[in-house]
Amino acid sequence: MSPRLRFVLRRLALTIPVLFVMSVFIFLIIRLVPGDPVRTMLGFRATPANVAQVRAQLHLDDPLWTQYRDWITGVLHGQFGQDFISKAPLGELLAQRIPVTLELTLLSMLLAVAVGVPLGVRAAVGGRWARRLTEGFVVFGISVPDFWLGIMLVLFFSGTMMWLPPSGFISFAEDPGGNLHYMILPVLTLAVAEAAYIVRTTRGSMLGVMGRPFIVYLRAKGTRERSIVYRHALRNAAAPIATVIGIQFGVLLGGAIVVETLFALPGVGRLIVTGINQRNYPVVQAGLLVVATFFILISLITDVVVGFIDPRVSDRGQS
Amino acid sequence: MTGAVLQIEDLRVRIPVPGGRWVGAVDGVTLAVGSGEIVGLVGESGCGKSTLGGAVMGLLPGGSEVSGRVLLDEEDLRGLTDEQYRRIRGDDIALVSQDPASSLDPTFSVGAQVAEAIRNHRDVSRRAARERAVELLGIVGIPDPRARYADPPHRFSGGMKQRVVIAAALANDPAVLIADEPTTALDVTIQAQILHLLRDLTVRSGTGVLLITHDLGVVAQVCDRVAVMYAGQVVEQGTVRDLFARPLHPYTRALLDSQPAAHHRSGDLPVIPGRVPDLTEPPAGCRFASRCAHVHDRCATAPPVIGMPNGGQVACWLHQAVTEEVR
Amino acid sequence: MTMTMASGARRSRSAVAALPRSARIGALILVVLVVVAVLAPLLAPHDPNAIDSSRVLGAPDLGHPFGSDALGRDVLSRTIYAFRTSLAIVFGAVAVASLIALPLGTLAGYFGGWVDQVISRPLDMLLVLPALLLAISLIAIVGPGSLVAALAIALIYLPILARVQRASSLVVSQSGFVEGGRARGWSSAAVLRRHVIPNALGPLLVQAAILAGFAVQIEAALSFLGLGTQPPTASLGLMLSEGRDVLTQAPWVEIFPGLAIAVIVLAFNLLGDGLRRHLDPQGVVS
Repeated sequence: MSPRLRFVLRRLALTIPVLFVMSVFIFLIIRLVPGDPVRTMLGFRATPANVAQVRAQLHLDDPLWTQYRDWITGVLHGQFGQDFISKAPLGELLAQRIPVTLELTLLSMLLAVAVGVPLGVRAAVGGRWARRLTEGFVVFGISVPDFWLGIMLVLFFSGTMMWLPPSGFISFAEDPGGNLHYMILPVLTLAVAEAAYIVRTTRGSMLGVMGRPFIVYLRAKGTRERSIVYRHALRNAAAPIATVIGIQFGVLLGGAIVVETLFALPGVGRLIVTGINQRNYPVVQAGLLVVATFFILISLITDVVVGFIDPRVSDRGQS
Repeated sequence: MTGAVLQIEDLRVRIPVPGGRWVGAVDGVTLAVGSGEIVGLVGESGCGKSTLGGAVMGLLPGGSEVSGRVLLDEEDLRGLTDEQYRRIRGDDIALVSQDPASSLDPTFSVGAQVAEAIRNHRDVSRRAARERAVELLGIVGIPDPRARYADPPHRFSGGMKQRVVIAAALANDPAVLIADEPTTALDVTIQAQILHLLRDLTVRSGTGVLLITHDLGVVAQVCDRVAVMYAGQVVEQGTVRDLFARPLHPYTRALLDSQPAAHHRSGDLPVIPGRVPDLTEPPAGCRFASRCAHVHDRCATAPPVIGMPNGGQVACWLHQAVTEEVR
Repeated sequence: MTMTMASGARRSRSAVAALPRSARIGALILVVLVVVAVLAPLLAPHDPNAIDSSRVLGAPDLGHPFGSDALGRDVLSRTIYAFRTSLAIVFGAVAVASLIALPLGTLAGYFGGWVDQVISRPLDMLLVLPALLLAISLIAIVGPGSLVAALAIALIYLPILARVQRASSLVVSQSGFVEGGRARGWSSAAVLRRHVIPNALGPLLVQAAILAGFAVQIEAALSFLGLGTQPPTASLGLMLSEGRDVLTQAPWVEIFPGLAIAVIVLAFNLLGDGLRRHLDPQGVVS
């Protein structure tokens, strides 16, 4: 078995207990609601008969272990239970919502990386102006709250300029052009702060690498400066950048909850927020489970990518 | 010396330091390296020997000021544009530096790093560069070079890494090789192997080597001639045989006395008393005067460089008297 | 006596002067903000909750420099009071998290071994969820509100702060003078109190300062989603949420509370980054 394959398998094995802990945590949410969650859910409709019926429907009277087993078995078969209010099966609801959140977060991260990495490199190897401009951008991106930035973008692009719709959504399958039209502002809103973090990390990591002796040796070999910066230094600087991208994905998923609400995008984040406000616990649970799983998978992918970029990482622990 | 592949004439390097001051790290050095010759450049750390190597490579820290001439095959390298200099580096002049562990890019395979040295200067296909790199890895003594081509540096020992660095440095048959403390980071047994490898390969190809080291033992093993540097200046140069048998400059003597081998395990090594002068404000006269056992009134004036009958040179007032007497 | 006092004052003044300029600016902004928050009733020109139907969506003028909102409430006064709410939640959350993280992290770092395992593993589990999701999970359980938002922020920050404190007390525990204390026969409690905690505290403070800035953003985001502070209390996030419907008619309702958040985050970041160079020489803070 090659060291890389072994590294990937080991990292995969580490993910399983994390997924388990996360699922238990989310499973327990509804059981930790103070008082009787069913009464809270039903509100003024809570007659003893209704309560008993819903308790039975949610299997809340079974032993905890049985409840968890049944729930997780269902989830693994794509059955997430029922929307408590509309009675719709959650699996179908999630199937509509997940692509929206995926599109939003992946496009944002793509944009943030496409802008952030080159800017960070310029900030590290460029002149004084490149450094100042990027420092300003980083401070701006980190300090300004994303949802406020989103509101300001709406104010400018939808209000004043009337270029882009302030909110709403068309699915990509229905109308690809319209879909992107609606996605521009939400993606921009999420991407700015991410790009700022990526610029900061890239700059720091590149500065560290450009000071290392092998850079001098590459120059001594007559390597072109372009190749030194983008082929060698950036590859050496990539591991911390990729790690930060992975961590920032969690922040992005949190931000997506806010941005989906702000722009009325029918994603998982908005589903969770409405679920909480309506005390629709099965929906909240399913939504949280999806987002948390996504987050854990992203961390896994990040670690594997880091291992492939830097052979020292995937070699570690073998022998 | 005529026919020198590398000729350094009155080289001066000033490096800016914080506080708006300058360090005169190299101050009027004249030195030549012939084809196939290994010239040692010895001195304590901070004497300017590595700065001199950097000046020849055109790789000094930003803001440094250089004057004098550096002739490579009689072409002056000073005044080349960045791109012209880049074309020469790794092609006509190559570098082997101190620590092989940190001179290789940890994220690229060793083979790719040798092939890169070729493709930086030769318009050859990837495949041809790869074949040549495998061949070079074999020449420098990497066992099973074809299989090890794709391995990253951290899977090699220090000595093996230095062999890779040497393969990359010699990939384009350079006229001059600057070897800056090439064995300092290695075990003593490996040191000798690497030095002999360097010697064999460069003598065979006619490459002139400037071997920068603080270790006179290294000089004794492989060099033809040697220059001793102190506080930015060459104080003595000559053939290895002459200089070791009859050191002329008091500093050379002190340096020889402080080598461990000279004293076996008997007692304490004699340490040269005093400190290296501050090169932001160097003394007007002889720079070694404050530490010299033979210091004299004349030493307040900079000493002349005196040519000795055997071809050696020394910068010390003591020998003016000798040569005058000889005359 | 007077002399020692004078030299003490001089020393603390020179310690402030030694901070980078950005950190001093950050500290200055924070002092001003805290004063504004504390003196809100004196500084606010109007009652933040006073509804004035004659001034619905009134544009900024001399009497109402930030304009007024959909209910005719003075935006400047509401922003000042919202500062109060936000800073109280943030300081409370970060203080609670730090006070729990301090003993946990110190013990984990100093003793290591099974003590470390027992403390660190459960805390690591909190990092399985992204921060905002963890906060939302807690709110899903308990229900929305200012206090819950503060607790949720504290819960997010607890594992981060404990990790920093663990790392820095590990560094201090391995240093010479702690060994010296042990050799002198001091009890673990004495070594911890006299050496480990005082010397390991710096990075925790830096991390707390940096996190406090982001706590303002998290609190605002939660309130914006309707999961934090509830109306009619003035909160920066809530103001932004309320102003969205009238964005094009009355942008001032949105612009000023948002700028206020940005200024607080910026101030904490400047301070945290500046302190980092002085208080975190080992680079423990992430």
